[in-house]
Amino acid sequence: MLSRTADHLYWMARYIERTENVARVLDVTYNMSLLPSDSSNEEELWDTVLEIAGIRDIYDATYKELNATNVIKHLVMDSNNPSSIYSSLRSARENARAVRVAMTTETWENMNTLWLEFGQYIKQDLTKTGLSEFCEWVKSRSHLFRGVCFGTMLRDEAFSFVRLGTFMERADNTARLLDVKYEFLIPMQEANDGAVDYYEWSAVLRSVSAFQAYQKVYRDAIEPMKVSELLILREDMPRSLHACYAEIMPILRQVAGSRQTEAERLAGQMHAKLHYGRMLDIVRDGVHHFLDDFILANRRLGEEIQRNFLNATA
Amino acid sequence: MTQSAKQFFDEMQGYGGNVRAIYQAYKHWLSDVPTQQLAAKRAEAEVLFRRVGITFNVYGEEDGAERLIPFDVIPRMISASEWAHLSKGAVQRVRALNMFLHDIYHDQEIIKAGIVPNNILSNAQYRPEMVGVNVPNQVYAHVAGIDLVRTSESQFYVLEDNLRTPSGVSYMLEDRKMMMRLFPDLFKKYPIAPVEHYPHVLLNNLRSVAQTGVNDPTVVLLSPGAYNSAYFEHAFLAQQMGIELVEGQDLFVRNNAVYMRTTQGPQRVDVIYRRIDDDFLDPLVFKPDSLLGVPGLLSVYRNGGVTLANAVGTGVADDKATYIYVPEMIKFYLGESPILQNVPTYQLSKEDDLAYVLDHLPELVVKEVQGSGGYGMLVGPTASKQEIEEFRLRIVSKPSNYIAQPTLALSTCPTLVDQGIAPRHVDLRPFVLSGKTVSVVPGGLSRVALKEGSLVVNSSQGGGTKDTWVLERDDVCAETLQPQMAAQQMNQEAVIC
Repeated sequence: MLSRTADHLYWMARYIERTENVARVLDVTYNMSLLPSDSSNEEELWDTVLEIAGIRDIYDATYKELNATNVIKHLVMDSNNPSSIYSSLRSARENARAVRVAMTTETWENMNTLWLEFGQYIKQDLTKTGLSEFCEWVKSRSHLFRGVCFGTMLRDEAFSFVRLGTFMERADNTARLLDVKYEFLIPMQEANDGAVDYYEWSAVLRSVSAFQAYQKVYRDAIEPMKVSELLILREDMPRSLHACYAEIMPILRQVAGSRQTEAERLAGQMHAKLHYGRMLDIVRDGVHHFLDDFILANRRLGEEIQRNFLNATA
Repeated sequence: MTQSAKQFFDEMQGYGGNVRAIYQAYKHWLSDVPTQQLAAKRAEAEVLFRRVGITFNVYGEEDGAERLIPFDVIPRMISASEWAHLSKGAVQRVRALNMFLHDIYHDQEIIKAGIVPNNILSNAQYRPEMVGVNVPNQVYAHVAGIDLVRTSESQFYVLEDNLRTPSGVSYMLEDRKMMMRLFPDLFKKYPIAPVEHYPHVLLNNLRSVAQTGVNDPTVVLLSPGAYNSAYFEHAFLAQQMGIELVEGQDLFVRNNAVYMRTTQGPQRVDVIYRRIDDDFLDPLVFKPDSLLGVPGLLSVYRNGGVTLANAVGTGVADDKATYIYVPEMIKFYLGESPILQNVPTYQLSKEDDLAYVLDHLPELVVKEVQGSGGYGMLVGPTASKQEIEEFRLRIVSKPSNYIAQPTLALSTCPTLVDQGIAPRHVDLRPFVLSGKTVSVVPGGLSRVALKEGSLVVNSSQGGGTKDTWVLERDDVCAETLQPQMAAQQMNQEAVIC
């Protein structure tokens, strides 16, 4: 398949996944901000959202005040913010438009409808008309996107690169979310004589659809350690780092064919770490340290994928 | 009916008398359908077209927004006997044009015979790079769009030949799909010739013009990219044919061959169905600042390392200055008399013609010789005094740049507009495909000028499209002409026609 085509498909899927994750974080944060709470102040809450998206600098350059309205505006509609839902959806659709031939008609029409429907939300003030409904819409559209790809695409390279994009982005997003929240909540817990903030940690779980999974797996009170384990090491948790790499590994092996690529080696190395790693060791070395390393390694893998397959030069 | 119905031949009403035979069953059906219902169908079509993304970009529009070409739900019909005549004529014309292109880049017999003047070799569309180059099967125009207009029951004219990168076939295919979805009952009544096999024929032809010795040729479609106005069509055709849609950056030249960059490494390309103009194909030979093309492509092409469809240099044959010689070409190369006629044309490079045209501007259509898309054009009868005077200055400053033709009384076809159903002018572009054989799929792009009285059908000038129904038989329709038969059939649920 054309390298450029693979590149567009890969990024289309990444942008859709990014959109979904921004919506997930926004949704749970907004719900958190509705709780009567004296422990966490609202400003800090919205600050973590900016940290997860990694756009603190852009935000500060645009807005004076840190509040819900501004952050939501910035993360949903702001075309100057490359991580906003608007920018991501536009990029996803532009990528799709460039290679509509490479996907099934259903996949393309789904992408196009997504963009057209989004046009209706643009005019609304979401803080008034229901941010939750909007976030639900984003999530269900993203589910639909994956479902349409899965249900209609030939299992060829095009499909592989779409899936690869999804899991590369998801791994990054889950790692960032956990890292920021961990950094934010653990000091609070220490200041609070070790009392775990049930609402904060359950919000973390909810933002990756892991709340019910947690209860099923651990049948226990919510503990940061177990939340981390679920999101890092559990292979059966679909948004965990391990689950993402369990998908990425075979895809890279398959698209490389008989070639030996640096991308496959890096993915294999990380997969082994997640597959055979123990939470005990990760905690000893520091969860933050582990996640930081992971985010960097994942980024490096992204660069190798780009070099090995997507920007292939003669 | 309005006055225009009397002046112009109408595809459904003729000159305002009886409904023409092939339209009778349709008219009967139409009289039972409220206009609001038609409008609702049109709205449904618009939603569907937008969802599929059948849009085009308009050059020079600020917002760069994607627009839909308006789609009209009332079909334009062509009887089996009319089609037999038109398709034969179009095939004949394309055969002669391909022979002309081979000749003009080789022995130039037609110039030696004094039929086409020598100055054709200085036409900007003539490519000296193509002299002596042999193309497979001697096919130059693999895809040709022949623009036809009708002025009376029996008179069709060829308005122009499009031999470079003619577009619009995706609308022929998508409009048909839409009509079948919106009005399935009509397809039961009418023996409408199918068009869906067009991409299949095109792909077979493209494969047949690969260089000899290539067993399983790789065919690609080369597009300028997603921002081109016809991108939807490029993507659509590539998908229908199951071939890669490539851009210039995806291809490169090595060892007298063209390759595409793939995730598995370089892959050889044998046939390029290119939808990029000659000027942008190869920055080493043509426009040096072109980012759309492939450096070195022309050298590989000239050495027979790759086939381009259409060939380089076809523009010299569809230029408006060459157009006037096509009937003579048909006689010269085929020894046949032309089946389709040219529009009488004044060449402004001739003094007599120029004088006549300048005296009669308000009655004439004046066209730029190398213009396309209806931009460099004066339609005398609908132009303002000021527009005419401005155009006069342009003509006088360079007469050889222009030709003029009488304003044709283009036929009209009933069309759904804001005021209801009204006659609007239409043309027809069938697509002639050349490979080992020359053929034409029974149908075409029917364009309609949606503005009342307008004769310009180009989509860039507010034109729309209609589905074109070529009927497979006329006999069933003729029966309805007999009054007693018609009366009988009125009582039946399914009127056959």
